[in-house]
Amino acid sequence: MPKDGGIGASTKRREDVRFLTGNGRYTDDINLRGQLHAHFLRSEVAHGRIRGLDTAAAAAMPGVVRIFTGADFAAIGGLPCGWQVTDRFGQPMQEPKHPVLADGKVRHVGDPIAVVVAETLEQARDAAEAIVVDIEELPAVIDMKAALAPDAPKVHEDLTSNLCYDWGFVEENREAVAEAFRKADHVVSLDLVNNRLVANPMEPRVAVGDYDPWNDMSTLYTTSQNPHVIRLLMGAFVLGIPEHRLRVVAPDVGGGFGSKIFHYAEEAFCTFAARALKRPVKWTSTRSEAFITDAHGRDHVTRIELALDKDHNFTALRTETLANMGAYLSTFSSSVPTWLHGTLMAGNYSTPLIYVNVKAVFTNTVPVDAYRGAGRPEATFQLERLIDKAARQLGVDPIELRRKNFIQPDQFPYQTPVAVVYDTGNYQATMDKLLQVADYSGLEARVAEAKKRGKLRGFGIIHYIEACGIAPSNLVGQLGARAGLYESATVRVNATGSISVFTGSHSHGQGHETTFAQVVAEMIGIDAGQVEIVHGDTQNTPMGMGTYGSRSLAVGGSALVKATNKIINKAKKIAAHLLEASEDDIELKDGKFSVAGTDKSVDWAGVTLAAYVPHNYPLESMEPGLEETAFYDPSNFTYPSGAYGCEVEVDPDTGKVEVVSFAAADDFGNIVNPMIVEGQVHGGLAQGIGQALLENCVYDENGQLLSGSFMDYAMPRADDVPFYRVDHSCNTPCTHNPLGVKGCGEAGAIGSPPAVVNAVIDALHRGGYTHVSHIDMPVSPARVWAAMHTK
Amino acid sequence: MAKVTMTVNGRAMSAEAEGRTLLSDFLRQGLGLTGTHVGCDTSQCGACTVHVDGLAVKSCSVLAMDVAGANVTTIEGMANADGSLSTLQQAFQDHHGLQCGFCTPGMVMSAAALLADTPKPTEAEVRHHLEGNICRCTGYHNIVKAVLAASGQDVGKVGIAAE
Amino acid sequence: MYDFEFVKPASLAEAVAAMGRDGAQALSGGMTLLPTMKQRLNQPDSLVSLNGLAELKGVSVAGGVLTIGAATTHATVAREAGAYPALAALAGQIGDPMVRNRGTIGGSLANNDPAACYPSAVLASGATVVTNQREIAADDYFQGLFSTALEEGEIITAVKFPIPDKAAYVKFAQPASRFALTGVFVAKGPAGVRVAVTGASEDGVFRWTEAEEALSANFAPSALDGLTVEADGMIGDLHGTPEYRAHLVKVITKRAVAAAG
Repeated sequence: MPKDGGIGASTKRREDVRFLTGNGRYTDDINLRGQLHAHFLRSEVAHGRIRGLDTAAAAAMPGVVRIFTGADFAAIGGLPCGWQVTDRFGQPMQEPKHPVLADGKVRHVGDPIAVVVAETLEQARDAAEAIVVDIEELPAVIDMKAALAPDAPKVHEDLTSNLCYDWGFVEENREAVAEAFRKADHVVSLDLVNNRLVANPMEPRVAVGDYDPWNDMSTLYTTSQNPHVIRLLMGAFVLGIPEHRLRVVAPDVGGGFGSKIFHYAEEAFCTFAARALKRPVKWTSTRSEAFITDAHGRDHVTRIELALDKDHNFTALRTETLANMGAYLSTFSSSVPTWLHGTLMAGNYSTPLIYVNVKAVFTNTVPVDAYRGAGRPEATFQLERLIDKAARQLGVDPIELRRKNFIQPDQFPYQTPVAVVYDTGNYQATMDKLLQVADYSGLEARVAEAKKRGKLRGFGIIHYIEACGIAPSNLVGQLGARAGLYESATVRVNATGSISVFTGSHSHGQGHETTFAQVVAEMIGIDAGQVEIVHGDTQNTPMGMGTYGSRSLAVGGSALVKATNKIINKAKKIAAHLLEASEDDIELKDGKFSVAGTDKSVDWAGVTLAAYVPHNYPLESMEPGLEETAFYDPSNFTYPSGAYGCEVEVDPDTGKVEVVSFAAADDFGNIVNPMIVEGQVHGGLAQGIGQALLENCVYDENGQLLSGSFMDYAMPRADDVPFYRVDHSCNTPCTHNPLGVKGCGEAGAIGSPPAVVNAVIDALHRGGYTHVSHIDMPVSPARVWAAMHTK
Repeated sequence: MAKVTMTVNGRAMSAEAEGRTLLSDFLRQGLGLTGTHVGCDTSQCGACTVHVDGLAVKSCSVLAMDVAGANVTTIEGMANADGSLSTLQQAFQDHHGLQCGFCTPGMVMSAAALLADTPKPTEAEVRHHLEGNICRCTGYHNIVKAVLAASGQDVGKVGIAAE
Repeated sequence: MYDFEFVKPASLAEAVAAMGRDGAQALSGGMTLLPTMKQRLNQPDSLVSLNGLAELKGVSVAGGVLTIGAATTHATVAREAGAYPALAALAGQIGDPMVRNRGTIGGSLANNDPAACYPSAVLASGATVVTNQREIAADDYFQGLFSTALEEGEIITAVKFPIPDKAAYVKFAQPASRFALTGVFVAKGPAGVRVAVTGASEDGVFRWTEAEEALSANFAPSALDGLTVEADGMIGDLHGTPEYRAHLVKVITKRAVAAAG
């Protein structure tokens, strides 16, 4: 039993007290003296040429300080893309410029044309209405297939087409895979759509730019998952401000789910404008604005095919995907359908040959980028839907078909045919556990009971794998990443023994302030209350890459362990000096250093005081003080996996699907705080259930967003979901990071969509609607009803 | 602009407001009570929920002038007199009913209104009551659990696997 | 939102006077009006709050008629309209608890959103909309999407519902807004059966007269078996095709009849 506060304890979150009493400090809570307000005038058309822009009348309106247009940013860099993908012919992707403000053309509804900066927000809005914009509307390309037609209008005239890249992986396998399909005893194929989503963290984005001429220092307060990345991208690539003149602060951030990774125009704008006007400039997104400016997620159209031999062994897998990039390349957009997707197409299975083809397409829509899971949900959805279809087509049990093709426990480490090496896992064990947690043995009785009530009940099962703990820098560098993906920590021990930890990770709901303190407290053997976690400010934290891709504990936590070990090593040397013993004989236990085999000891505070009041201290051989920094660069991804089971009831009269139970058995490796891990899974499940049943980001053919508010974009509510049954007892610790952790932030959102859809199809088949082989997400009542009645 | 006065968390408080000033803006900007959050502009998300004369309302869809003189309670007024967390707030911490914390003030205010009317709600009643509060982090599991626990009900078996 | 003058009269007479000015707009619960104004889709010169008018609030019963003051909130109706249980139940399903604490019946009817709940109850009940100028029969009141018989400056003061023998409202919610994707109110009174459908039609709330005839002969779900609803004129959007809504009208009407018992 872990002691309260250490690794393995469900320690209550310390950050909760401020959030529960209204004392959180989010970016919009920051109001600086003399602050001005920015309002963005945005394109109302999806594609158009700006023929004229007259700001004179607007500039004369009350309270207006200045109006900025694209011309102000002519000499400024565009928003950069952080990943260069190389296509199947060895050529780099087509990479258009992404200006801060439109440079003569608008390319999606919401593209910023001008910004009014005024004394009050309403004055800025009033003036924005007085700006005269003459736009020549151009034909928009919305549908990806249409965008690739030879005569399609081009989103970017300077590119050869709307094709960003045509990626093949593993390109050398292309012919071998085709050959395997020719020889297959069975081939199963499925066409599907992974619906476009809007991340919708509950806190809309906010940026406050500030400039201090006294020391030529720019500060940006922003709703970001990674303030250092914003500082690097914005400073070096956009505004040309060196890092030591630029501070980026991400205080309490109200959720991100990927959408707050990216560097956005509004951040660069507020920083730029504050410098130009020498006054703070604030922009707060409305939710309506968020729908047309936050990067969207998913939006893949895929054909996937599976080849099997006569014994139902998977012999080859082939996919063809169109991936929507939107109008510009957002920060990590290009990596999502490629390296975060293709590398996971093996799933949990020992399929020997895999070929993934992805065509990334520019359209006149909001840029698409990483959203919780990023590429891995798309991979899992295709594969797990296809296997379910295969089982039905072949007349075999979907669980047994999976088990038969699983990578078996004795095959680890396992080299997949899609580049990655899974270190550990035990998929039979998680599958066994899931069936127990889901009470699978009672399924038939529940189906029969539901039938009496006129409901069609069904069960859907999946097994997922993901690659987390992003990522080995040298590997991703070879793959096109333009950044390293290490993490950092500084552990500053204070004279009286309390500890301030400065981490490059960023917490926006994940509870790092609690869990990171648990790790340090456990290693040293002190109370977690003595450890403070500081994050979110580039001014006091070491360069870190931030929080996404379930990486904080696996990468950031590993940096923290490294730094803490350096502290312990030095503290032992100090203790050895104080105890007049050999360093090798010093043992640290429960915050006390003792000499092995003796009763001589010095406590933690005694050592830390000696470090800062070094009267009795080996100054000739060791520096005073006790502060260490470590950077950790992982040697591999981590590979969380798990089995999910969803039970639904379909109302055959209306087509409405109710998720009546959801069970999850995850392998996250070691766990620091089970309570928080379960919470992460719950949240991911709701997002995945939302994708499967409710959420849909839809444009009309002219590029107008039809689901532009919570009135039409259906967010999961409390009464849309059940209590979840979550288990994480099947742990195979990660072999290559010091905590043995794998990450848990995205699993729920990765595994749940196919589980839900598989359950719906199962329910329909049990109800006699055996002609229904697939329904695209969201599986809305109308779609279910239509599928039931369309043969 | 006119001076608007209301009783907020038991104290008479005043600030300047225009006709169009929303109660949420009045609280956040006028009075500096930034615990009340704004998460949407269509009266859907409920992050801005406060109590006006004992009733939970969405402060982003109420004009400050329309509730001048009213008795308003915000998240800042929910802790016990000694500053410790109220039973409901404590249940949210105990059961991990919040992650990023942004929807939390609205959730607490909404749940408090439920418990005032229905001291021992069922799970279904809690879920139905919270339909006007959107949370993107928790999947609602631990929020519902926290509200049930705050009502004195045993939540020990919630989410436990069938044996 | 655009700026405006905020007026909060203390009496109906003052409110009528304030509403007589150019560019005046009544503000009741504001649950739809204020979000619309935030989008700058509406620019009144003055907003006349009806929330201070005690005479427009409250629920009362007399002679088999339930009268609801126009500024009565949905929550109050849900709590106090026990004499007309189906109506109380409908009020308890509108929006969410916070919306129900502000939104009012008068505001809902003046707006006449094609997916709002109240219009179906008013139309199916054969209720009377009372204004500061006159009484308007439900059949004359609703005139299509967001359109009513109200004249400029006219204020709804109350709604009078004859209490039927049997009634029920069943709502199939649009998953995002929680408005009715299709909602059906069925009422069986001395004058026969009335069926009003909201959420489904491009023309807003409507009476399904074929169902009324069938149910007047036999008030049972099975009475509707032979009927079909034309998809023509039904709303088609993200959440459902016209065909789906036409199908729902029948399914939900049957459920409402079953619920009415």
